[in-house]
Amino acid sequence: MSLALYRIDDRLIHGQVVVGWGQPLDVSFIVLVDDEVSGSDWEQDLYRMGVPPQIEVIFASVEQAAATLPRWESDTRVGILLVGDIDTAVALAGRAPQVKRFNVGGVHHRTGRKERLRFVYLTDDEAAKLRQLAARGVDVTAQDVPTARAVPVAEFT
Amino acid sequence: MSELRGVIVSHAAVAQALVSAVTAITGIEGALTPISNEGCGTEALGERLREPVGAGPAVLFVDLPGGSCFTSSARYAKQGGADIAVVTGVNLAMLLDFVFNRDIPPAEAARRAVDAGAKAIRLTRT
Repeated sequence: MSLALYRIDDRLIHGQVVVGWGQPLDVSFIVLVDDEVSGSDWEQDLYRMGVPPQIEVIFASVEQAAATLPRWESDTRVGILLVGDIDTAVALAGRAPQVKRFNVGGVHHRTGRKERLRFVYLTDDEAAKLRQLAARGVDVTAQDVPTARAVPVAEFT
Repeated sequence: MSELRGVIVSHAAVAQALVSAVTAITGIEGALTPISNEGCGTEALGERLREPVGAGPAVLFVDLPGGSCFTSSARYAKQGGADIAVVTGVNLAMLLDFVFNRDIPPAEAARRAVDAGAKAIRLTRT
């Protein structure tokens, strides 16, 4: 099957990902791409606690993810790839041409960010980066749960 | 020792509802503070814990053993500088035990809460 969802979500592994998307997609593995988490056993234990034992959790840095993406994409199981911010998504897409889509699932309020959707707050710079990503051929949409509409990047940036 | 603070960290309005139920049953007010993850990422949720936890000591009661409420709480407990224990799977029974036992260290209160909460989960034959 391969990676069914590439998602930007600042909560990384949480209920919407594991249950909301994981159940209908019948996910067997989750790839969490984050340079900080990939170097911290303690953080990895935290994120593993939110995942049922039948789902494998793989932690990777951006470099490791770019190198391993072809293998995950040809995996016979269904997987989800997660990044925690737009910079990581841009960095990964820049190193891995296999990245053809990104779902913005949760980027929350922080100083300097403006509300674009109920679950998406972006600085002007972050919005521009998402538009640039789309201009390079990556299908960027915002959608928190599978039952919601996938909002095209032009509508929220 | 100073009296323990209890903070419930949950999705949506679960925490607020639990606080209301504890007050309705015991009449005790102010022992528990509800925190919702509504509209915030893990960083902002950690910030929401700062005021109710204060200088501690405190027990954080989290709804699920994983996810944004849990990761924020565990991270805050590790980095917050106060004496904090974290319990997951919060239920009404453990909170009722907690509000009457707040003159003990957080780790002990957390163990009591886990015992009380687990004992309340039973399969009832009908």
